[in-house]
Amino acid sequence: MHSFGYRANALLTFAVTILALMCAMASFSDNFNHPSPSSSVQVLNVNWFQKQPNGNDEVSLTLNISADLQSLFTWNTKQVFVFLAAEYETSKNSLNQISLWDGIIASKEHAKFWTHTSNKYRFIDQGSNLRGKEFNLTLHWHVMPKTGKMFADKLVMSGYRLPKEYR
Amino acid sequence: GREIPIVHRVIKVHERQDTGEVDVLTKGDNNYGDDRLLYAHGQLWLQRHHIMGRAVGFLPYVGWVTIIMTEKPIIKYILIGALGLLVITSKD
Repeated sequence: MHSFGYRANALLTFAVTILALMCAMASFSDNFNHPSPSSSVQVLNVNWFQKQPNGNDEVSLTLNISADLQSLFTWNTKQVFVFLAAEYETSKNSLNQISLWDGIIASKEHAKFWTHTSNKYRFIDQGSNLRGKEFNLTLHWHVMPKTGKMFADKLVMSGYRLPKEYR
Repeated sequence: GREIPIVHRVIKVHERQDTGEVDVLTKGDNNYGDDRLLYAHGQLWLQRHHIMGRAVGFLPYVGWVTIIMTEKPIIKYILIGALGLLVITSKD
């Protein structure tokens, strides 16, 4: 009852339980953070806009994406994954979400940024519905903790529209 | 080999008006290209039934237990042996 084996087992179980409790408390502390992120995106140029041989529309955009996500960071934040998605509706699809750009923010200092870039991932429709299409650009972020629950949220920016004709 | 689940990010979603079915494209954060190379031959999209779940949080280092047991199975045997010994040598 007092052998080394029993004591070692009890100690190990106790240690792991305490560790789990600390992980839960660390994660819970993230709930006290009330973030106030901001962002704005400009479509600087429509580089080209074509219908592919397979019948799907594709557009290439140059964007200026600026954001201040510093308030998302807590002491328990490992990194923030951020991506910008174009969202629109067509007659066939009630929702289309296309990720145009993404990035990893490893520290609070890098969380206030702007980037001038063309879309990292191809903006291709299922079909040929993009001419004159109105769309939203939504900035999504996933706050990845060092330990515990991951928080995700988004900021919707509306009022963007694609050209009426191919170019 | 055997099937293993992969945790990747969704980069494209197309949801049908009529049926609510979705077409989903995924990509690993550290990969240059999307996952179409990993999908079955000729498959371009994932549907809901291909998706097992969603990541909601992180427990650091806990995965190492499974990794060590899989790569060095001797550790598995040692662990089970030691536990068995504990049970056998107990006085009650």
